[in-house]
Amino acid sequence: MTIDWGIIFKSMPLLGHGVVVTLQVSALASILGLALGLVLGLCSLSHSKSLRWIVAGYVDFIRGTPLLIQIFLVFFALPALGIRFDEFWAGVVALSLNSAAFVAEVVRGGVGSIERGQSEAATAIGMRHRQILVYILLPQAYRQMVPPLTNELISLVKNSSLLSVISVYELTRAGQAIISVHFVPFEIYTLLALYYYVLIKVLSWLSGRLERKLPTW
Amino acid sequence: MVTPVIQVQDLSKSFGDNSVLHRVSMDVATGETVVIIGASGSGKTTFLRCLNRLEEPSAGTVRLDGIPVVNIGSEKQIADQRSQFGFVFQRFNLFPHFSALDNVAIGPEKVRGMSKSDASALALAELKRVHMSDHAMKRPVQLSGGQQQRVAIARALAMKPKVMLFDEPTSALDPELVQEVLDVMKELANGGMTMVVVTHEMNFAREVADRVIYMENGKIVEEGPPEILFREPKSHGAQRFLRHLTHE
Repeated sequence: MTIDWGIIFKSMPLLGHGVVVTLQVSALASILGLALGLVLGLCSLSHSKSLRWIVAGYVDFIRGTPLLIQIFLVFFALPALGIRFDEFWAGVVALSLNSAAFVAEVVRGGVGSIERGQSEAATAIGMRHRQILVYILLPQAYRQMVPPLTNELISLVKNSSLLSVISVYELTRAGQAIISVHFVPFEIYTLLALYYYVLIKVLSWLSGRLERKLPTW
Repeated sequence: MVTPVIQVQDLSKSFGDNSVLHRVSMDVATGETVVIIGASGSGKTTFLRCLNRLEEPSAGTVRLDGIPVVNIGSEKQIADQRSQFGFVFQRFNLFPHFSALDNVAIGPEKVRGMSKSDASALALAELKRVHMSDHAMKRPVQLSGGQQQRVAIARALAMKPKVMLFDEPTSALDPELVQEVLDVMKELANGGMTMVVVTHEMNFAREVADRVIYMENGKIVEEGPPEILFREPKSHGAQRFLRHLTHE
């Protein structure tokens, strides 16, 4: 077979637009996912049994169903309940809801791994459960939460390619558009793989730097 | 008659089938230093932890200044009541992400609602009391065990507790660091602080304690002034325990 170099050079800027959308979706979804996941994680550590049950049920549902179905639920099923998003925001919402469940587990695990003596000492000086979480346990858990959160962020970026099925014009969808016109699957899918690979590499590198910057004690 | 600071009545604690404390009763008077001794597993630590409800007793009552220490009411009430007890742990349990100063200041600031600057000023004064003001800005990891334990004592003192509870405060220390902690505790006792100390440091007990309590199998077997209890222990268990210690 011969490689069509012309289409590759022509595609690179076109795919660049897709990269921008992929980054936008991923950035928004990771911010929302982190925020919601942090709240859910703290809820799963609260003294309230019903809160813990709700979070556990949520995490269980997200883990037990395919992301693709979750995307369809947000984009096609929620409108039936009167909640309507365009493709872009449906994608952001689906990815956020999905990653929040995993972030919640990371938060719960990270905080749970802090030595018991820490919360006892804080309890002994009269701090309340919420204060202990916020001032004593969470700050100590940050550093060890970075690697699993990086993994989650990487999954999120890769998973964003699934949004092509609801026509979010992100990287994968942009590539498919070119393929459907020029029929060059080998060149374009290879190029897509490279694009994703570079994106992920940059993310891991950034997270490695962040991890080194966080204090040890 | 003056009400004792602490009144313990029939305090029991069991973990499942395992009964660790069995109807322990005792009083602690204001300014008194009580040292609790006994073999490991005798229930000393559990007893101490039941006083400030780090461990929930199975039965019995603890009164602080005549007021029952209970586990009902709002979380804030319970926490406030608990903060009337200063507690010093065997393993210090300093907060590693805070400086020595912030370790001491966090309680006054977050629990007592003091302003940050007031809390820091108080923390510095308490660090001075344990001779640690020169190290105020250091993180726990930069301090020796003895220094960490003194910061932990300052952290408890900053809450202005009515009584200080020490759970084997020198057991996790290298031998050469034990004395500096005991010296601080002695100064506190001499300053009129009410203290309950679980320890194996018999010299400290002899010098500082007003009363020594010997525990065995979750019960108080014998108690008395140190000069009497150490010289002529009446119970078989205390005789054996003390003989064992002096042979070490």
